[in-house]
Amino acid sequence: MDWGFWLPQIMLFSSLIPALVIFLLRDEQFWLRTSLNLGGSAVKLVLAGIMAWGVLAEGRTYEASLPFLHNQELVLRVEPLSLMLVGLSSVLWFITTIYAIGYLENSPNRTRFFGFFSLCVTATIGIALAGNLITFLIFYEMLSVVTYPLVVHRGTPAALAAGRTYLLYTLGGGVLLLLGIIWLQVLAGPVSFEPGGTIDFLLDDHRTELTVIFGLLIAGLGVKAAIVPLHRWLPEAMIAPAPVSALLHAVAVVKAGAYGIVRVVYDVYGLELSNQLNVLLPLALFAGFTIIYGSVRALGEFDLKRRLAYSTVSQVSYIALGTALLGPAATVGATVHLIHQGIMKITLFFCAGVFAEARHIHDIREMSGVGRSMPLTMSAFTLGAFGMIGVPPLAGFVSKWYLGIGSLESNAPWVIVILVASSVMNAAYFLPIVYKGWFGEPHEEIDVVEAERFQVAEAPWSLLGPALATAGISLLAGLLAAWAYSPLSLAEIVANQRMISP
Amino acid sequence: MSLAGIWVILIPLICGLAAFAVGGRSARVIGLIGAGLTFLLSGLLVLHVWQSGVWIYQLGGWDVPLGISLRADGLSAFLIGMTGAVGLGISLYAVRYFEDEDEALTPDPSPDPSAPLRTGAGRGGTEVWLPGTSYWPLWMLLWASLNVLFLSNDIFNLYVGLELLTLASVALIILQREQAAIVAGLRYLLAAFLGSMAYLLGVALIYADAGVLDLGLLADAELTGTATQVAGGLMAVGLLLKAALFPLHFWLPAAHSSAPAPVSAALSALVVKGAFYLLIRLWFEVFESAGTVSVEQMIGALGAVAIVVGSFQAIRQARLKLMIAYSTVAQVGYLFIMIPLAGSFGDPEASWRFEAWTGGLYHALSHGFAKASMFLAAGVLLSALGHDRVWHLAGSASRFPVIYLSFGIAGMSLMGLPPSAGFVGKWLMLRSAVESGQWWWVVILLVGGLLTAGYVAIVLSQAIQHDVEEHTEPHPVPKLMTVMVFALAAMSLLLGLRAAEPLELLEIGAPFQTLMSMVED
Repeated sequence: MDWGFWLPQIMLFSSLIPALVIFLLRDEQFWLRTSLNLGGSAVKLVLAGIMAWGVLAEGRTYEASLPFLHNQELVLRVEPLSLMLVGLSSVLWFITTIYAIGYLENSPNRTRFFGFFSLCVTATIGIALAGNLITFLIFYEMLSVVTYPLVVHRGTPAALAAGRTYLLYTLGGGVLLLLGIIWLQVLAGPVSFEPGGTIDFLLDDHRTELTVIFGLLIAGLGVKAAIVPLHRWLPEAMIAPAPVSALLHAVAVVKAGAYGIVRVVYDVYGLELSNQLNVLLPLALFAGFTIIYGSVRALGEFDLKRRLAYSTVSQVSYIALGTALLGPAATVGATVHLIHQGIMKITLFFCAGVFAEARHIHDIREMSGVGRSMPLTMSAFTLGAFGMIGVPPLAGFVSKWYLGIGSLESNAPWVIVILVASSVMNAAYFLPIVYKGWFGEPHEEIDVVEAERFQVAEAPWSLLGPALATAGISLLAGLLAAWAYSPLSLAEIVANQRMISP
Repeated sequence: MSLAGIWVILIPLICGLAAFAVGGRSARVIGLIGAGLTFLLSGLLVLHVWQSGVWIYQLGGWDVPLGISLRADGLSAFLIGMTGAVGLGISLYAVRYFEDEDEALTPDPSPDPSAPLRTGAGRGGTEVWLPGTSYWPLWMLLWASLNVLFLSNDIFNLYVGLELLTLASVALIILQREQAAIVAGLRYLLAAFLGSMAYLLGVALIYADAGVLDLGLLADAELTGTATQVAGGLMAVGLLLKAALFPLHFWLPAAHSSAPAPVSAALSALVVKGAFYLLIRLWFEVFESAGTVSVEQMIGALGAVAIVVGSFQAIRQARLKLMIAYSTVAQVGYLFIMIPLAGSFGDPEASWRFEAWTGGLYHALSHGFAKASMFLAAGVLLSALGHDRVWHLAGSASRFPVIYLSFGIAGMSLMGLPPSAGFVGKWLMLRSAVESGQWWWVVILLVGGLLTAGYVAIVLSQAIQHDVEEHTEPHPVPKLMTVMVFALAAMSLLLGLRAAEPLELLEIGAPFQTLMSMVED
């Protein structure tokens, strides 16, 4: 059996098959559904480990091509860059599944929820493994569709309105992407992802077209990556249950957009061509503006999840900004942030979900003193928040450090200004929460009896555990950044593959 | 195996007659056997064409022009295969559907005061009209006439197939003898007869001019002149009327939506494709030289208007079956975008022609499965809830999860979202439009997808909406019906995951100078 061919496919099926079986179950079949979920995500985790070992330690390649259309194949390929998103989604799917089981234990329509949840991860893995543009497109659109039932899961008018906005934006983005891809393929034939790009030969005859196509592709991807002005759906989608928001913001949707931008810039156009077309400065400007805009908006929000959502708008654009800078260090910073933003943001959303479930806290002004009764949750939240601000030695610091160096390398000192301003604002919207949570007086409206107000009353382990786990990972990712298998080392490999002259 | 092409016509015909002769409940058994056999024979025919290329059979051993020939190339096999698979799905669904229906109409020994919804004719009398028994002979006749249409190789035989198809369709629409259905059915009959007459007139003119009826001989004759142009025009208008291209679609929504669910599914998924098939067969093979760029662009423009108007009408509908019927109007529009793309615009040897042609046909295939699934899904909801009002579906997603899942999958295919068969069709047509530089069709193809998303999302979001009212327990629906709804939707998805082989099938005998396999990217 050719493992190089089968492993990437099994990787997809490890969540696709549980999804399909779950759809056939009834809501009450808790154990069967849970074992399918956990079994599938465990298999995926193990496979991700095997493939990471194979690619990094033994230099293997895993690739599967399946016939699709005439001279157009579906390609699934495992290489360092895809490994980053694969690793991130495998780990976080496993953790989020545990969280979601705890979170939704008694709510209706669990079958539908977990079925689409698994499909969502399948689509993300497909995006990660896509070895050419058409495969990427297929899973990218599949992701748009399977996320919709999760966003509107609660079925309230607000959820349905958010779902409408989500569909409008994401399908609209899909149309732009589809057009860009078709146009490019008409010019260049099937386009596969190769470090350095494969379409340089079009430069002489098709300069204008290439520029327009770049715009279409980035606009299509920018919707999911929530680049201003295409970001509006993201804060709306906050209405979804916490595990969905967690996955949406950390792994699935926004990450698919950012990952796509990385792919298009480095592996379709390539550095050389992007540079000659002068398309990267506009991208950097949009991303920079988004970083500032997201932070400013986050400052004005008092709903915890909405503040976190605007924080995501801001943070994800670090990836696009680093990509657009084109230096080796900036590339490292951008790609490592794919992972770092994910683990930090998922921690924050897990905690927000815990606060909402256990204390009915939705507004940050209600968080006063919550750290006294929920010290572990608050610790996880604090780690996540500090990471986002970029406090050393947390994961966020590593990303920002490399982005900063990268901006100097690429002679774009204005980026430093953006990074500093954004960090200051990160601190301005996270520190008050942290301060109030630990040192504020417990709020009187909290429905806990006076005597119990200072007692420790954490949420159940199925909710708390995942939050602590991801907080721990984001600490380790910073502390052990120099380790050979850390996200940073992986990002360095990715960057090295894509730099012609460092 | 080489005779599968004959049996694929004869078996449904024989079974239809037998079901008619036997009548009663056994009609169902005969119909089901007929459906199973026809499905298998369709599969055999596809396999035969796939392995040995174009199949030609001289009836009675007489050569053309004296005799009549049957012919199956990749296109015929493609559509016969689709009809076989969709037809089997509809048949299995219909077994339980009409069983249910007939039971409700059979007078109970102990009369139930809470009368069922239907007040069909004959109710309460001694002679009870059971739609189920009449369904099978007519459905078999319809299936046979579709296969006649796909296999006939001369323009008069094609007329006969077309006429049989119309008669069977009309009879099926008025099966339940309801006022609305009878009105819609009669209007359909008049429109369809008008179409047939126009077509027949065209046939007569051609015969007078060329003296032959065989498609191959007509193509070789390279007809020109006024008579041919008038004939071509008449035939085209007749077929456009039957294929319901805007503005000739006026009869479709009422006819397709007032029929019983298995009939609606067959009409929208298959019957419309019959007229469309004939049109493109003639357009690209017989009247090849007659089409001018401006005529083609005009037909494409009608298709574009159909997409926009049909989709907006679908969005506005309050009843699910009408919404789905208007969706057919829009989707038919997509099929006709193929005409300007594959027509005489630009370089005659360009590969985009064949791309558009296959894209359009793949769209027809995807629409066949998806639309059948949608109408059957609406049938399940109608018989379970007693209504199909879109704005009163709140909360039904939890009770019919598989139905809505299927509806969503079918909707994806209609929108052309990957991974689905609809995506393959749209991809090929878009490619063709970009390659040939006809940007206006790119815009309409893309916008059409978004409009489709509009009405599909309305239904799904209504269904998913949290239910505030207490509802009465829905009427139980046989499981087989739900399974068929899902199976058809799943097919529309699976055909999008592996399109290489069906596309290759279409290359067999295709009327284009440059096929896709000849292009090296």
